[in-house]
Amino acid sequence: MLNILLVGVGGQGIVLASKLIAQCGIDAGFQVKTAETIGMAQRGGSVVSHVRLSDREIYSSLIPYGEADVIMGFEPAEVVRNIQYLKNGGKIFVHELPIKPVTDTLSKESYEASDMIAYLKEVTDQVIVMDCTEIFERVNSKQVLNVALLGATFATGSLDIKVSDMEKTIASYIKPQYVDMNLKALKMGAQLAWKGSI
Amino acid sequence: MGKQLLMGNEAMALGAIRAGVQVVTGYPGTPSSEVLENIAKHNKNKDIYVEWSVNEKVAMEIAAGASYAGCRCLVTMKQVGMNVAADPLMNLAYIGIKGGIVVLVADDPGPISSQTEQDTRQFGVFSKIPIFDPSTPTEAYDMIVDAFEYSEKYQTPVIFRPTTRVCHGCDAIELKEDRYENTVEGFVKDSKWVIFPRLSYQAHLRIEDRNPEIAKDFSSYSKNTVQGDGKLGIMTHGNNYGYVMEILERFDLVDQVTILKVATPYPFPEDLALRFLQQVDRVLAVEELSAYLERELIFLCGKHGIQKEILGKLSHHIQAAGENSVEVLTKPILDFLGVKSPESKKMRDVTIPLRPPVLCAGCPHRSSFYTIKKAMKGKKCVFTGDIGCYTLGNAKPLEMVDTCLCMGAGITIAQGIRRAEPDTTSFAFIGDSTFFHSGITGIVNAVYNQTDMILVVLDNGTTAMTGKQPHPGTGMTMMENMSGQIRIPDLLRAIGIRDLIELDPFDLETCKSEIVRLSEGRGVRAIVFESPCIKLFKPDTLYYVDEATCVGCKRCVNELGCPAIIKAENGKVRIDESLCYGCSICAQVCPFHAIKEVE
Repeated sequence: MLNILLVGVGGQGIVLASKLIAQCGIDAGFQVKTAETIGMAQRGGSVVSHVRLSDREIYSSLIPYGEADVIMGFEPAEVVRNIQYLKNGGKIFVHELPIKPVTDTLSKESYEASDMIAYLKEVTDQVIVMDCTEIFERVNSKQVLNVALLGATFATGSLDIKVSDMEKTIASYIKPQYVDMNLKALKMGAQLAWKGSI
Repeated sequence: MGKQLLMGNEAMALGAIRAGVQVVTGYPGTPSSEVLENIAKHNKNKDIYVEWSVNEKVAMEIAAGASYAGCRCLVTMKQVGMNVAADPLMNLAYIGIKGGIVVLVADDPGPISSQTEQDTRQFGVFSKIPIFDPSTPTEAYDMIVDAFEYSEKYQTPVIFRPTTRVCHGCDAIELKEDRYENTVEGFVKDSKWVIFPRLSYQAHLRIEDRNPEIAKDFSSYSKNTVQGDGKLGIMTHGNNYGYVMEILERFDLVDQVTILKVATPYPFPEDLALRFLQQVDRVLAVEELSAYLERELIFLCGKHGIQKEILGKLSHHIQAAGENSVEVLTKPILDFLGVKSPESKKMRDVTIPLRPPVLCAGCPHRSSFYTIKKAMKGKKCVFTGDIGCYTLGNAKPLEMVDTCLCMGAGITIAQGIRRAEPDTTSFAFIGDSTFFHSGITGIVNAVYNQTDMILVVLDNGTTAMTGKQPHPGTGMTMMENMSGQIRIPDLLRAIGIRDLIELDPFDLETCKSEIVRLSEGRGVRAIVFESPCIKLFKPDTLYYVDEATCVGCKRCVNELGCPAIIKAENGKVRIDESLCYGCSICAQVCPFHAIKEVE
């Protein structure tokens, strides 16, 4: 069983990223279940997506607490909000730029991304913090955060899905005009996470 | 064909198409909306008639008519929609059907996006209509075909009741190619279609004879299962079955239990449940929303003189309210099986920023609320709200929704408050789709009874909260053709409202003077704010904060609460251009003219 939790804020491409992982899993012959929190979630609301792959029957689409092999964090505070899902020894990939909700702007106090990251590092030593700004600049789009995080997650080949599988899925399921940009972002995400630079 | 990743709602849509559905009606409501949308999406040859009806009652009645003529029909709604559709459905249960009718009602444990945690399984008992309760998207895909067959076999509408996790969960599903072809006989005139007390009495007798037969039939239905041979029994249903299995496997306890999974809660499959009872010493009922199964089993024990302990919600072993999950159920299930629960990990407390749903940046509702708030400052007013995105107008800093009850009730509660408190000015807010759903009758009532009130229609040209569904005011239908667009101001004038103004909510100056003028009148007055939802267009201008001019007074954000305006490091504010939609009201509110258009 491979459990991947994707967390962030509405509008960051989380649902597409979870669909790409699921499709990759189906193409590799795994059983697959996913679930998203939708509903009153609007632009700016918290979004959590569960993706589960297994070679045997999966009973529930929701990952239980303590069972996520990977948390892909699109926003640091959202990772902290969902930290109970992380398995002992599970990995966190987190994009460090905060998205501040209007309630934060309205209040006197403010939250700092650095506090969130520090907290994550207290919980586990398996945190990889990424600043994807340079990737956005190189492909001239902020819409590739999801794919950059996918690159980071699947780069080492330690999971059931390889980055080469993800390349194939992106090439088949993303609109042709966006494929090149996404393949570049996937590669740069992997380099940034594992070598510290692009 | 290979497996496809399908959301439960899409799987149910494809299942209904496979079952040969011919007429599909419904009203949007989370988590049910994507079922009807997906039928429209897959309706390539336009051989299925699909419509968003104005409300659930209308949707149900259209399906009844089509069924009388022999069509297979699907009606979709959320659980509170069932309350609106109850009148035709209760009667239809007596009249019966010709073409199969599946009423798909999505329940929302939690609730995540609803007003109640009502359990539609209870509606089965009340209406005497059979109910199907799928546990996964994959099961739902097959089960909806069975539902049509049972409907026609027993000549009754049936209810198909998924919950949020089945509706919005995704499975990799192997689709089947076959499709049932239903021949439509047409409507045959017969006195049986006309409900009369005498006929109802006979129908009631027939139903009471028939339902025990269905219960027997359901005992051998393949999706009602007894598995395992342990002495401890767990009875469950829907997606709770998945949670139970996940917990049992994780703690290696599958061998110790016998599981009864109930896919058809009404009529309760008694024979199967009796076999289950014979196998076990004690039972834990693991269910969501109400103690439906638990009561059924206790009843069965009483009926057959069986002395066995039945635990569940009624005995406080399972939480009384809220959504279940592996986390919620682990301790009760382990306690029941006499296994010690693992210690939960202790973590340091940390303050995480709240991210409540808010009106989007650029949302016209923000401006409509703000301008009325400013115009009525210091006056005694009540602002009644309704169901839609605009319910979020209750949040700080606007605080412009004093009540919210159910669809259409803003208009009528305003009338009630006015009758009790004649010195209060009542403003009733309602969205365009909700106005067509159940606002019209309420406003006709106000005109008829000469109530002093101000109706405020927030017309953003779509059913925004549930995902941009069309409605009579948009002129679009689900068959992708244009219809006669119904203009709300014309309709209001036609029922006799003369004091009516149409306003652009982003023109704050004009709005303020017009609202003050209108508030001084008598009788039913109306404001129609017309401005599209931001999901319907791309902005052409954006705004920025000129750092040199901004003094950091924060009036913009403190008065408007726009999510695009954020604190800058220097104590001033800045606008996040990726969120700004160019609505301009912050620029109009800034006393220092520090907010300017991006060149």
